[in-house]
Amino acid sequence: MIVTILDIVIAGLLLGGLYALIAMGLSLQYGVARVLNISHGEFIMLGALTTWTLYTAFGINPLVCLAICGPVAFLLGFIIHRTLFKRLLTSSASPGIFESNSMLASFGLMFIIQNIALIAWGPEIRGYSYLAFPVNLAGALFGANRLVTLGFAVVIGLAFYLFLARTRMGKAIRAAAQDPVTAGLMGVNINNVLALCFGFGAAMAGIAGMLISMCYPVHGVMGLEYTIIAIIVVVLGGLGSIPGSFIGGFILGLIGSIVTYFEPGLALAAYYAIFILLLLVRPTGIMGK
Amino acid sequence: MRILEGEGVTKYFGGLAAVSNVDFNVDQGEVVGLIGPNGAGKTTLFNLISGALVPKPGATKFKGENITGLKPHQICKMGVARTFQSVKVFANMPVLENVLLGSLFGTSNSVSSADAAREATGLLEFVGLSAVRATPAKDLTLANQKRLEVARALATKPEILLLDELMAGLNPTEVAQAMELVTRIRDKGITIFMIEHVMKAIMSICDRIIVLHHGKKIAEGTPQEIAVSRTVIEVYLGE
Amino acid sequence: MNITRVDLKKVWVPGLLLIILVLLATLSLYASAYTVILLTSILMYIVLTVSWVIFSGPTGYISLAPAAFFGVGIYTSAILGKELPLPIVIFIGGLASFCLALLVGALTLRLRGIYFAIFTFGLVELIKHLLLWYEINMTGTRGRFVIVVDNNTIYYVMFIILVILLLTAYFIRRSKFGLALRSIGEYEDAAAHTGVNVNALKTITFAVSAVFVGAAGAIMATRWTYIDPYIAFNPLFSFMPVLMAIFGGMGQFYGPILGAAIFAYLEEILLTKFPYYYMLIFGTILVVTILYLPEGLVGLVQKLRRRISGGKRAHT
Repeated sequence: MIVTILDIVIAGLLLGGLYALIAMGLSLQYGVARVLNISHGEFIMLGALTTWTLYTAFGINPLVCLAICGPVAFLLGFIIHRTLFKRLLTSSASPGIFESNSMLASFGLMFIIQNIALIAWGPEIRGYSYLAFPVNLAGALFGANRLVTLGFAVVIGLAFYLFLARTRMGKAIRAAAQDPVTAGLMGVNINNVLALCFGFGAAMAGIAGMLISMCYPVHGVMGLEYTIIAIIVVVLGGLGSIPGSFIGGFILGLIGSIVTYFEPGLALAAYYAIFILLLLVRPTGIMGK
Repeated sequence: MRILEGEGVTKYFGGLAAVSNVDFNVDQGEVVGLIGPNGAGKTTLFNLISGALVPKPGATKFKGENITGLKPHQICKMGVARTFQSVKVFANMPVLENVLLGSLFGTSNSVSSADAAREATGLLEFVGLSAVRATPAKDLTLANQKRLEVARALATKPEILLLDELMAGLNPTEVAQAMELVTRIRDKGITIFMIEHVMKAIMSICDRIIVLHHGKKIAEGTPQEIAVSRTVIEVYLGE
Repeated sequence: MNITRVDLKKVWVPGLLLIILVLLATLSLYASAYTVILLTSILMYIVLTVSWVIFSGPTGYISLAPAAFFGVGIYTSAILGKELPLPIVIFIGGLASFCLALLVGALTLRLRGIYFAIFTFGLVELIKHLLLWYEINMTGTRGRFVIVVDNNTIYYVMFIILVILLLTAYFIRRSKFGLALRSIGEYEDAAAHTGVNVNALKTITFAVSAVFVGAAGAIMATRWTYIDPYIAFNPLFSFMPVLMAIFGGMGQFYGPILGAAIFAYLEEILLTKFPYYYMLIFGTILVVTILYLPEGLVGLVQKLRRRISGGKRAHT
């Protein structure tokens, strides 16, 4: 009985670590750059499929792919923001209009990236085996790959949190999230900060994709579900709160693990039930303003 | 008759009380001013009356009936109309349509579109905007946009009109025109409750003035009484 | 000179519309089977787009739910098609979508627009997951077969749905509700203070717009004969109306119709010539349109008109 509970809890933490990572990335993009990036899941997918190719075609260790997926995704995100969203920012008459337009533009982006992936990798489901040996943890067995995933997710999440809280750039980012105009007046180069945050968000998605590919099969249309989960976590944690996304990710991961134990296939429905509950009782989320 | 009352009206934002235990009343036909330094809670009080916010705790009453917690559209239909500190006209819609909305939706009885159009046109004339009836509201000057807001509010056939800094941002000529408009509205029998910083206007039009500071009511009386009140002078000089 | 120009416009625009209507109504008498099928698709996309614009156009609340309502309609057909006569099935498809939209609206429309957009975005995926779970665990089979209906009937049903929709959309736009919806899009707060029951109006309008999408789904299902949750609940059917409405432009009534007609036809061509690239192309067109042509084709036409007639607006 205890073993079962432990099983569920640790599985929930593993899932939660991934969710926290994905959600923090999206929270960064929405909280600072004010872009609700519906194509977030596609960056995850790109990270996952790229890792698959690098490992199965070139034998590159997936963990090494981290050093590739992260920066490449960052660059992609940075460029996309500088070209697309920055332009939208200047042409939108009000913040509300920018929010709508940027969301719609990312909707278009979602189909573009998905199509490119389908062309490059085909529609088949891909998978590979790495670090798949079991590890005994307090009587329950877990794949080493999943534990590594959890470890990375937590480390990256904490590192990022410290970055935001302690470094100068982190403070600039938090200032920009609170009040872009004043931050700009205080000498923060707003354009760079916005694009930087968007890029960081994309990087976290790419890294999450790499981690996901170690544990689960991947394919071109996997992104949408992750985008929705990321959005629900961000709402749960509080729109605009990055620590909230971190905590919310683990909460949702635990819930997902519990629900999957009893009724696999209803995890997303459970997440939506939480979403509905939030909307009814506390739309601002756990740590939202 | 007491047309508008507030009992212990309070509103907290986080730990801070924006409005704290304010009692007030407005009699029918009066012009009551609401003044106080910036951040005193004046607009918040208006929001609490109009239904944009809900007092917690406290109660607001219109003609003796409790309106606490009602939605803005319900309170509007009962006969309380307002303008906004930052002008909220429907920018891309023509001036006439802005007012038409009020004529069509602002009252509890249904109005035919012909009657509504006639009323709206009449109101544009009343505020002096007939010439620009087809212009999109965003193309108007600030003074005219404020007049448009007033016309839209009047279209809902209110018994009391809440004016939030009608004269802010206007030059002296425009201020005089606005004062004259307020007088004409009062002459139509509509009670007026107005937030204002332009002292000249407040002192000359209002029958009574209420003074807020840090969310609390600190003084109340005729313009003459307020002008010489030590408490009020300290508050303004101290800022 | 001016008077005759205005008069002519009042005559030839309705006249043209009447001719088009008659042509469409009598289509099966003179057109090939292929044309009927093609036009059914085009009419379907016009239904999706115009119904989307009824709500999202004036209020600015972006709904990404059309695919969910479309899927509900499809499944209604699949489940009830054998038991009940076709008109009732279609009616129920519309009704089911109406109820779903009411629920979604009641939950989300009293909050900021972003919650509405997010909720509707995930709705397709959610319903798909629920149905998959239900089919795997409860019925044991995946997917269903739909009754077969001949192409001409499908066309006429879609035509009727479209005509009712166009009348509804036109009426709403010109009525005081259209005015209220636009005021909500401009400044919801002020609209509420002017007596508009914003929550009720938003929710009901959203629900009304969903009816037509559900009905369209119910009839289109009969063309596919076999459906499963993946086929029925496809995010593409939320993407296309958005693309078509924005490209066509929502400033005028004909904008979404034009956008839908163009892209429906384009999709037909691209599906045969470049089946692996058309989403890429459409996605790019959406992004480019948002960036450089936010008012759509309609906006472009207005700009050209203004440049021809000349003169700027005077500031008053």
